[in-house]
Amino acid sequence: MSDPTPRPRPQPTEWSEGFWRGCARGELVIQRCDACLRLRHYPQPLCPHCRGARSSWQPVSGRGEVYSYAVCHRAFHPAFAGAVPYVVATVELEEGVRMVADLAGVAPEEVRIGMPVRVFFERVDDEIALPRFRPVR
Amino acid sequence: MSTGLRDRCAIVGVGHTAYTRGTERSTLELHLEAALAALADAGLSPDDVDGVMPNELAGTIAEDFILNLGLPDLRFSSTLRTGGASFVSAMQSACLAVAGGVARCVLLVAGRRGFSAQRVSKTSEGAIPPMPVMRQIDEFERPFGNTVAVQWFAQAARRHMHEYGTRSEHFGHVAVACRKHASRNPNAVMRAKPMTLADHQASALVADPLRLFDCSLETDGAAAVVITSAERARDLRKPPVLVSGIAEGHGDPPTSITHKRVMTEIEGVRRAAERAYRMAGIGPGDVDCAQLYDGFTWVALCSLEDLGFCKKGEGGPFVEGGRIELGGELPINTAGGLLSEAHCSGANHVVEAVRQLRREVESERQVTDCEVSLVTGEGDFHEGAVAILRRR
Repeated sequence: MSDPTPRPRPQPTEWSEGFWRGCARGELVIQRCDACLRLRHYPQPLCPHCRGARSSWQPVSGRGEVYSYAVCHRAFHPAFAGAVPYVVATVELEEGVRMVADLAGVAPEEVRIGMPVRVFFERVDDEIALPRFRPVR
Repeated sequence: MSTGLRDRCAIVGVGHTAYTRGTERSTLELHLEAALAALADAGLSPDDVDGVMPNELAGTIAEDFILNLGLPDLRFSSTLRTGGASFVSAMQSACLAVAGGVARCVLLVAGRRGFSAQRVSKTSEGAIPPMPVMRQIDEFERPFGNTVAVQWFAQAARRHMHEYGTRSEHFGHVAVACRKHASRNPNAVMRAKPMTLADHQASALVADPLRLFDCSLETDGAAAVVITSAERARDLRKPPVLVSGIAEGHGDPPTSITHKRVMTEIEGVRRAAERAYRMAGIGPGDVDCAQLYDGFTWVALCSLEDLGFCKKGEGGPFVEGGRIELGGELPINTAGGLLSEAHCSGANHVVEAVRQLRREVESERQVTDCEVSLVTGEGDFHEGAVAILRRR
């Protein structure tokens, strides 16, 4: 069997490299405004609440629940052709921010909105590990 | 209360190419044909055009129109970046340019080769030119398989079903209504392909809960609109259609559906609608027919709520019983829409609204006593634009 096409690889930016460094060492961190202490994701230079420019990387629990999801029966990128049907979910973390990932360890028909999930990291290369989620059993 | 742009400008010409699945021609050639058709409809020539708004999704630029149409003295050009909302948003900019005296006659053109060149269903790789607004999706969602619009909108549709009990059959009613209307429209790509609710329910799941028949068409074609002042419009060839209300709105946040504060509304449409109704001095009850951007069935259903035709969450029951079909209380997408006429980046919705108001469509799809038609545009991240058009 030939090697499958790799997933699209995230290209970290100057704003997001701290997030990806966290993932690479197995830690989920979210950008937090130093001034008003609110979390924001995806990473960006200014806090949309207080316009503060300084921020830090706050470790979070990695626990959350499924906010919504799609069961993908067709792949529109060759990396996912062998995975259909796969579930892309929006996960709302306990800390309130949302992330998107395909779910592991669950059949599509068992996924529910509100289902508790926990992060795990799938290594891509030295720099990148993808934060994915699986149900909490 | 300021009425802003109310009735200051008019649509005086509309035109389009044939809508097809397959073409030998370039996107630019399609745009030029549509532009000339719209100008001829208005009784104007390219020499009269001093403003042009090319569409981002098609990749054409103002210079293409200067060169090929021989525009003698272009004074205004701009391209908006709100995806499917761009065309109706551009109408707001065109009206501002005309009302402000910057330009006298603005040409708007849209449509792409969604079948022959930019066919999303065959591959997402390179099908659509990269857009700056996709930066966050590219970094944080595509690596996880969230690669195309049907997957993004599926999550919004799922959440709507979860919160309000909306069902796939409700989406089906939208698809069936559009198909019925297309069967009465000789320009519609799907004019000869009837669809029942059972057909919709039997169509393949693409990104559950959305099925193949919840998705708009992949077609080739272009459409164009000419806007000038209401005053000048009086002397032109066709009865003018006044832009009574025009507004745009943006998503919150504006870069991903998954992060929407409220995933079950299209806030760009809701916000634009509030402004457009206020400008026009009318409400939803005054609208005779609506041309709703329908990249997916759910978008049209949710827009009915966000436009105030029913309460939030009641879009499902609202579309039952033929209410949105010709002859019903609020006919929508009377040419078939993006779901069944053609995906012309929403420009075909404006063409249809104008023709309904001019009484130019085939009698079997003419809305009786059509005085006011509302048109929406909607972008990938719930950007919105609303135009309220009326007969003089």
